[in-house]
Amino acid sequence: MQIYLPIAEVSVNAFMLLGLGGMVGILSGMFGVGGGFLMTPLLMFIGIPPAVAVATEANQIVASSFSGVLAHLRKKTVDIRMGIVLQIGGLIGAGLGVVLFNFLKSLGQVDLLITLSYVFFLGIVGTLMFIESVGAIRRARNPAKAPPPKRRQRGWVQTLPFKMRFRTSGLYISVIPPVLVGVFVGILAAIMGVGGGFIMVPAMIYILGMPTKVVVGTSLFQIILVTGFTTLLHATTNHTVDMALAVLLLVGGVVGAQIGTQIGTKLKAEQLRVLLAGMVLLVCGKLASDLLLQPAELYSLGLSGGH
Amino acid sequence: MRLALLIVTFLFTALPAAAQSVVADLSQSRVSITASFAGSHILVFGAVKHTEESRPKSYPVLDPIDVIVTVSGPRESVTVRKKDRRAGIWINAEAMRIDSAPTLYKIASSRPLEDILSETDDLRHSISIPLAVRSAGDAGEVENSEAFVEALIRIREDTGDYEVLPNSVRVIDQTLFRTDINLPANLVEGDYTTRIFLTRNEQVVADFTRVLYVRKVGIERWVYNLAQDQALIYGLLSLAIAIAAGWSASAAFRYMRGS
Repeated sequence: MQIYLPIAEVSVNAFMLLGLGGMVGILSGMFGVGGGFLMTPLLMFIGIPPAVAVATEANQIVASSFSGVLAHLRKKTVDIRMGIVLQIGGLIGAGLGVVLFNFLKSLGQVDLLITLSYVFFLGIVGTLMFIESVGAIRRARNPAKAPPPKRRQRGWVQTLPFKMRFRTSGLYISVIPPVLVGVFVGILAAIMGVGGGFIMVPAMIYILGMPTKVVVGTSLFQIILVTGFTTLLHATTNHTVDMALAVLLLVGGVVGAQIGTQIGTKLKAEQLRVLLAGMVLLVCGKLASDLLLQPAELYSLGLSGGH
Repeated sequence: MRLALLIVTFLFTALPAAAQSVVADLSQSRVSITASFAGSHILVFGAVKHTEESRPKSYPVLDPIDVIVTVSGPRESVTVRKKDRRAGIWINAEAMRIDSAPTLYKIASSRPLEDILSETDDLRHSISIPLAVRSAGDAGEVENSEAFVEALIRIREDTGDYEVLPNSVRVIDQTLFRTDINLPANLVEGDYTTRIFLTRNEQVVADFTRVLYVRKVGIERWVYNLAQDQALIYGLLSLAIAIAAGWSASAAFRYMRGS
């Protein structure tokens, strides 16, 4: 069934969009990532203009994240307080990131810098997480071989002031590390144009020491606000949010997010982490190969005047 | 014998018109883009009108008439970027702005274009694809600007936006002609210029222009206007839909598990 999209000005198959939305929604519910990193290139591949793909994607993520958060809320795996603290940091970071982005743009080659920083961060985060979680799975299989790992002591984190109790995460830590994590992710999100779930999820697990199950719901919670804001910004400045496209994607997305949450709760924390690490490395590998291999078509078209 | 002579004389007097004009029309003057729009096609038809007065008396038997039909989408400027290898990685290096390229360009003709159109007349009327793409302007920025124009044409030919359709115009009795031109589903709103050229001896002897109006209608129109004119309301509405959909999916799943 073909549908003509009013803003993107292309005709697409409605069922294909439902399927795409559902697939990305499952990932979103499972891992607490928005999925924009996956969806945007897919949309561009089927002929949606990049500006419309990025803006509409943000709108779809609002829906699938909200659907996922509700599912997590019922399971009490959302640390709302932590989410708000991260959000405050994120807003500061987004502000700084926009300034930085404009500075980089004035220097030129901003696209290259984005891709390089993507490859760099995803590569490091993915590799570390993969090693750690594979190790954890091994230890879980042979409990006799290695003693159960002690809960890591974060000495410097414990000495910081402004302590706050995060009951859902079972943490009593200073608010400074979460705010800093939020700022950092906010900067990256503004520069790279993504929700930042990819960096946020590992940061919450390894830097803040939050339990993996809580991390997914909390990440989705803070993604809603970021992407909601992005949607409004795109709608008012660039007029590139395509409502028809968004509706098709989000119908698939919200259902997918529910299924993803179900799958996520059935998996062990280490398994979830190793899968996420694998996905991070996959995206990293794709970006790296784009940089290293000779493209089939050297030329590309872009509309002048547009973004 | 006498009859044959008569026919020849008749042909000399009736057909050999030095000046022709063309009357033509499109099967529709508007294309409406609805939500279920999946492409369309237009029929271009017309007739050759032979004007008598400027006809020299002793004109030799004339070469046949050929017809070229072009449909051109709205023009916009396009930036063509070229990737290059720098320090081992492929990055966008050079870029060239092409001032005015049609979003869609189709050429239908009664015979292959190179047989029925001279270069001079092609230049004069900008008929073939490379001439329809205008790139005057920032050519100084890049070394080889022709390669960039060729790349634009190659990419758009691959997607089917630019198309050459030789032997697709049917000419009947040197007078009537017709052709079908398909419009793809990813049609952009705007005014599409349809031009019809009559050629004889590789020269354009008459031409005719009609505009085809492509417009969004119904819900497509409404959504587009809202996005442009009431951007904030549109953005909030999009968010409201997202939240409502997220909530209803969650509620539906809870209900399904509850029952």
